[in-house]
Amino acid sequence: MDINEDPRYKLANKEAFYSLLLTLLYFLWWYGFAYGLGSKPVTSYCFVMGLPSWFFWSCLMGFLVFSFASWAMVGLFFKDIPLDSYEKGSSLEGEGS
Amino acid sequence: MNLQVAIPIVLYLAIVFYIGYLANRSISKAKASFLSEYFIGNRSMGGFVLAMTLVATYVSASSFIGGPGMAYKVGLGWVLLAMVQVPTAYLTLGFLGKKFAIVARKINAITINDFLRVRYENKAVVVIASVSLLIFFTAAIVAQFIGGARLFEAIGVPYKIGLFIFALTVIFYTAIGGFRAVVLTDAFQGIVMMCGTFALLIGIIKAGGGMEAISANIIAQDPALLTPFGAGGFVTKPFILSFWILVCLGVLGLPHTAVRCIGYKDSRSMHRAIVIGTFVTGFLMLEMHLAGALGRGVLPGIEVVDSVIPTLTIKILPPIFAGIFLAGPMASIMSTVDSQLLLASAAIINDLYVGYINPEAAHDNYRVKRISFIVTALIGVIVFLVALNPPSLIVWINLFAFGGLEAVFFWPIVMGLYWKRATASGALASMIVGVVFFICLSRYSSILHGMHPIVPTFVVTFIVFVMGSYMSAPSVDAVKKVWE
Repeated sequence: MDINEDPRYKLANKEAFYSLLLTLLYFLWWYGFAYGLGSKPVTSYCFVMGLPSWFFWSCLMGFLVFSFASWAMVGLFFKDIPLDSYEKGSSLEGEGS
Repeated sequence: MNLQVAIPIVLYLAIVFYIGYLANRSISKAKASFLSEYFIGNRSMGGFVLAMTLVATYVSASSFIGGPGMAYKVGLGWVLLAMVQVPTAYLTLGFLGKKFAIVARKINAITINDFLRVRYENKAVVVIASVSLLIFFTAAIVAQFIGGARLFEAIGVPYKIGLFIFALTVIFYTAIGGFRAVVLTDAFQGIVMMCGTFALLIGIIKAGGGMEAISANIIAQDPALLTPFGAGGFVTKPFILSFWILVCLGVLGLPHTAVRCIGYKDSRSMHRAIVIGTFVTGFLMLEMHLAGALGRGVLPGIEVVDSVIPTLTIKILPPIFAGIFLAGPMASIMSTVDSQLLLASAAIINDLYVGYINPEAAHDNYRVKRISFIVTALIGVIVFLVALNPPSLIVWINLFAFGGLEAVFFWPIVMGLYWKRATASGALASMIVGVVFFICLSRYSSILHGMHPIVPTFVVTFIVFVMGSYMSAPSVDAVKKVWE
């Protein structure tokens, strides 16, 4: 298919990719701490602030770390662009042959 | 009824009414097309309101009543399950993100079905989408109305009167204020939810004599309550991993959250909403469910899951805080119902009536305005009457509402947005197969060993979508409209 793609979509696709990636990272954090530290008998659990350590790291810290990470992602990779439609023909490659 | 409990709730209801009234005045003043103002608020949401409405719409009675009740019964494993939802805000906003916002402006879409109509150029796709949206939303709204009335029961108001107060409030502000009223009340309701949640968790920890003492109490009852697997190994891995599809990834396919991604003002609002929304979602999910789980160590022996949170609230919090807290779940229910009510009305007026039956009406602001008020109020009244005496069919449909909407909308939205080769045949096939397959599989879910039926449904609909698309000719015109 031969189309002149809106140049803003490149950025949009990249940002969509980062969002998926951050979701995957959260999954690994969530799964790793919960089952890495939690898959043993309760008698051998460590406790942090009165909570089992798997829960402290997976749920409490996971939430805080990834709230921060979403802020970092937006700050580092997301760009401020106009969302409204461009005037067609204002750029040279606007109308193809 | 306790007066101190009632005061915060009455105050809350009064504020919500007032916001509806303010929004209605701004509709009368708006110069733009009525449909765009009423159903998407002229795309004027800023970052904070966008974040709050996204979270509040998504967070419903299940996160405030059912979920924490399960955490009480099963333990920290259920809190772990709830925390699957932490990425929803950045995933929905970031993934649908700028692409969806840009496309919606290009083709002037004010609903999800508007997008589907332009992208797939197929009447059947839009009609099936609109009809399934109406059916699932109606059932879901009835269920939420019932939940709202039950909350009033908890503070001593009879069911029918509670239902009446609840329904009157939501229908009133949604019908007269449209999208603007919905998102502004959502923002207010989000704040109420956060305060209520925080009050309850602190109250429980104090009443239990600190976290350590509560943990020790829970261990004495059943140590499994503190494991990720829950009491009796209830939270198995196939089960909990399914929720990554159902309540994290699949949220991209919920029309009432997706529509928020085309309603914000500019990219800066969206960036801010990602950060605020992620924090608020995590905060609410963690604190609410943790309150349920820890409640077990403070006040053991509550049998009915749905009455855990109301009971804890009334017994543990001082009355005035209990009132604030009960306004929290009420806010969570209202903020979900209002969006669904408005979208159901949009499906009838914008997607079906203006879209196919009478396109000219879009330019007749006065006429379309009158119809919109009436239709929104009428849907609300019908739902209210049904909720007075809910038939078992509605209860049955509601079981499939959440997953059913995802089965219908997920791939058509995602593929339509990111895959140029996607066609109407693919979308149509995946929608029909999706909803039929999902409901059938739900009946025989025992063969899945704890996996939720939505997971195989997503796989099957994906295959059907891709095959259907390749077997039909590429849709060149539609792709140009969306991509150029």
